[in-house]
Amino acid sequence: MHEWALAESILTTAVEAAEKEKLKKIKNIKIAIGELQQIEHDIFKFALGEIIKLQGDKLKGVKTTIETEKSTLQCRNCEHKWSFSDIKKKLNNDEAEAVHFIPEVAFVHTRCPKCKSPDFEITKGRGVSIISITGEK
Amino acid sequence: MEARVSVIEKRLSNIKRIISVASGKGGVGKSLIASSLALNLSKKGYKVGLLDLDLYGPSSHIILGVKDVFPEEDKGIIPPNINGINFMSIVYFTKDKPSAFRGVDISNIIIELLAITQWGSLDYLIIDMPPGTGDETLDVIRLIKKSEFLVVTTPSKVAMGAVSKLLKILKELKIPITGVLENMVMTKSSFVKNQIKEMNLKYLGSISLDQHLEDSIGKTDKLLETDFMKELDKIINTIKL
Ligand SMILES: Nc1ncnc2c1ncn2[C@@H]1O[C@H](COP(=O)(O)OP(=O)(O)OP(=O)(O)O)[C@@H](O)[C@H]1O
Ligand SMILES: [Mg+2]
Ligand SMILES: [Zn+2]
Repeated sequence: MHEWALAESILTTAVEAAEKEKLKKIKNIKIAIGELQQIEHDIFKFALGEIIKLQGDKLKGVKTTIETEKSTLQCRNCEHKWSFSDIKKKLNNDEAEAVHFIPEVAFVHTRCPKCKSPDFEITKGRGVSIISITGEK
Repeated sequence: MEARVSVIEKRLSNIKRIISVASGKGGVGKSLIASSLALNLSKKGYKVGLLDLDLYGPSSHIILGVKDVFPEEDKGIIPPNINGINFMSIVYFTKDKPSAFRGVDISNIIIELLAITQWGSLDYLIIDMPPGTGDETLDVIRLIKKSEFLVVTTPSKVAMGAVSKLLKILKELKIPITGVLENMVMTKSSFVKNQIKEMNLKYLGSISLDQHLEDSIGKTDKLLETDFMKELDKIINTIKL
């Protein structure tokens, strides 16, 4: 599962940020998962848990919350807006899997539903990111 | 908050040398040299990875004859082993369809690929770069701190014009330059060699235009037998890469 690599990047970033802020312990990490990347929360949670077990003191007892961020795609050509769920059924399994690994290949496998342009933008809901981190000094 | 960048260094931590094959100019032989270099080093027994970062015009897979493979997942994605080379390319995900990307997308793709690819331990990671000094070059400089640049040119004054701009930027940023390789030589001339020496850079050597090369594209066993490969091999041995 490649979610493991992304979970590790979240936790590594959180620990680095905590070190910068001189936090002794991280209590909460709020994580956003963009709809486009189609990551299952349970798989991601499991990966986070496994990595937290392996990591040092700063992450002991940390609480992680995951929010799904709806995606917004917008055409640069005609300004039409849509979401990934609107077009997902048009993708075959291989294409959907490719978008799961590299969200930007949505530009390769899909088009603007209105004008068919490949020149659109992911304005929201791309992939994993950190919304906030809280901790104790 | 961007969370992927912090893990990139870790993903590359067990790679001894990272060599980006680059040029200020297109069509000078970067992809052929990157793939051949990877093949050559792998045949010599080294553990070699090859990363195609030419996201609009990936070509390493064509040179190596890669077909119908997809990376396995294990705590990330594992580059499929192609004739001894651990090979990663956007083509696994684009299925070789035409790709139009903007600069911000290019950066996102590069970050994603670097964050999720598990190379393991390698002696060499060779990167096939797109031409010029655009997003990919800047991202490699920003994200892959230990990469050195092997710069390719042709004997043409036009190529050297663009190539010397890339070399100047790399020098200004204090990026290690392996040296400059002169490719597709038809008649011997010391023009490129002199220019490189004036810049206090290493001239690695020259490779002739090989009329029969095209027949070997996509067939690694034949590629290894070409005059092109023999000349490249000589250079690799002389400079003790
Ligand atoms: N020494 C050579 N002899 C004969 N053909 C060559 C030689 N070097 C490269 N070529 C051929 O020239 C063409 C361009 O080479 P290649 O694709 O490697 O260039 P590139 O610099 O990667 O181009 P781009 O900038 O588009 O990525 C290819 O068909 C390749 O096989
Ligand atoms: Mg190329
Ligand atoms: Zn449109």
